[in-house]
Amino acid sequence: MDQHTVLRVEGICKKLDGKTILDNCSLTVNRGELKVLIGPSGAGKSTLLQSINCLIPPDSGEIYLEGCQLDRTDKVALCAFRTQVGMIFQDFNLFDHLTAEANVAIALRKVRGMKADEARSRAQEELARVGLARRTQLYPAQLSGGQKQRVAIARALAMDPKVILLDEPTSALDPELVGEVLAVIRDLASGGMTMVMATHQMDFARALATEILFMERGRIIEQGAPNVLLAEGSGTRTRDFCQRLLEMGA
Amino acid sequence: MLDTTFFANDLLPALNRGLLVSLALIIPSASLGFVGGVLLGCARAFGPRWLRRLGDAYTAIIRGVPLAVQLMMIYYALPKCGIFFPPFGAAMTSFVLCTAAYQSEYVRGALLSIRQGQIRAAQALGFSTVQTIAWIVIPQAARRALPGCGNEIVYLIKYSSLAYLVTCMELMGEGKVVASDTFRFTEVFLAVGAYYLAMVTLASLLLHRLEERFAIPGFGMR
Repeated sequence: MDQHTVLRVEGICKKLDGKTILDNCSLTVNRGELKVLIGPSGAGKSTLLQSINCLIPPDSGEIYLEGCQLDRTDKVALCAFRTQVGMIFQDFNLFDHLTAEANVAIALRKVRGMKADEARSRAQEELARVGLARRTQLYPAQLSGGQKQRVAIARALAMDPKVILLDEPTSALDPELVGEVLAVIRDLASGGMTMVMATHQMDFARALATEILFMERGRIIEQGAPNVLLAEGSGTRTRDFCQRLLEMGA
Repeated sequence: MLDTTFFANDLLPALNRGLLVSLALIIPSASLGFVGGVLLGCARAFGPRWLRRLGDAYTAIIRGVPLAVQLMMIYYALPKCGIFFPPFGAAMTSFVLCTAAYQSEYVRGALLSIRQGQIRAAQALGFSTVQTIAWIVIPQAARRALPGCGNEIVYLIKYSSLAYLVTCMELMGEGKVVASDTFRFTEVFLAVGAYYLAMVTLASLLLHRLEERFAIPGFGMR
């Protein structure tokens, strides 16, 4: 089995206004793994994901992509790093002034320096892959939430990322649209894509996660395979939390 | 009743002469002022602190002093510091300075209206700061700023009539001369008003076309 490490994050700390948001968080993601971050809101899941590609610059800690340490002060290196680390946001963040196709193509053209028609055909390929071959010419305002999130996934995939970070990709969606986005993520997972995902979709996490990381107050307090952490009588915080989610959600 | 010979022989030739001068003032100052406004607006929205302060101070002064006073300063006061402007140059300079200050406010507002998420998404894809501003922020901000910037151009068309204060013989100046010579104030200024109305109508039409040309679902119009 290939256990090559794609992403390694060590000792990430972040304070905002004197309040500790992330407290010494570390994680390692091997090729093809899906790590799922769960925890109560305000635990720091989103901040951790955004610290990994320095959208929120961490105060301290080291980030390694395939063994190479990221020098956060080097802007060129940081941009190059980000092209290899895909990011999916809770609120999609599609570029509002561009069609679905152009949303996917623009980074190929401006960052990768691809020619316009080459980028367009690549964009169409990626959109077809997430089931949107017939929606390429629509603007974000004309798409449903689930479609927007799938465009966002296509946009990240087009850059051929080594790992994708997903920040609660289904939390802003109407319940009936969650399925279509999870189906795409499931396809990616079975295709061997390396991912770190924050989510409240416990069934999804249980079924697909290689490992669950439970976060609380800025720390990763439990970590393990879903069948271990969620096993009956395991007495973990993770199980406790999921139990409460189920009670509330049912 | 209507004195057509007065219109044909005296008034219209003078006003047409003035119109050309007005257009020669308005078109370059609107263009240069717009470019200046975009630069100033970007500096005031994204620049380092000192640059923002400087831009804010400039805007505060220009917006706080009547344009007529600025014209007088440029035409009558600057020569005391050894800077001389002909009437046309003085008018143009003050219009560019003034319109840039006002435009910067529309541009700044539009830039600040772009959601942080748009910028984050671009950065997450590996865009540099300059690329993010050029390809993501400005195309969206321009659409939001367009109605306001158009409004400023309409203002400029009308405040260009102040140029006669520094003896620049544009539409208003020519009209005033004819009126004083003939004492036909009503006819002359009705005609001058009609000329401005025509210019503003044409400009509004063009601006509206421009808005339609760049319309996108999700940006106001559907």
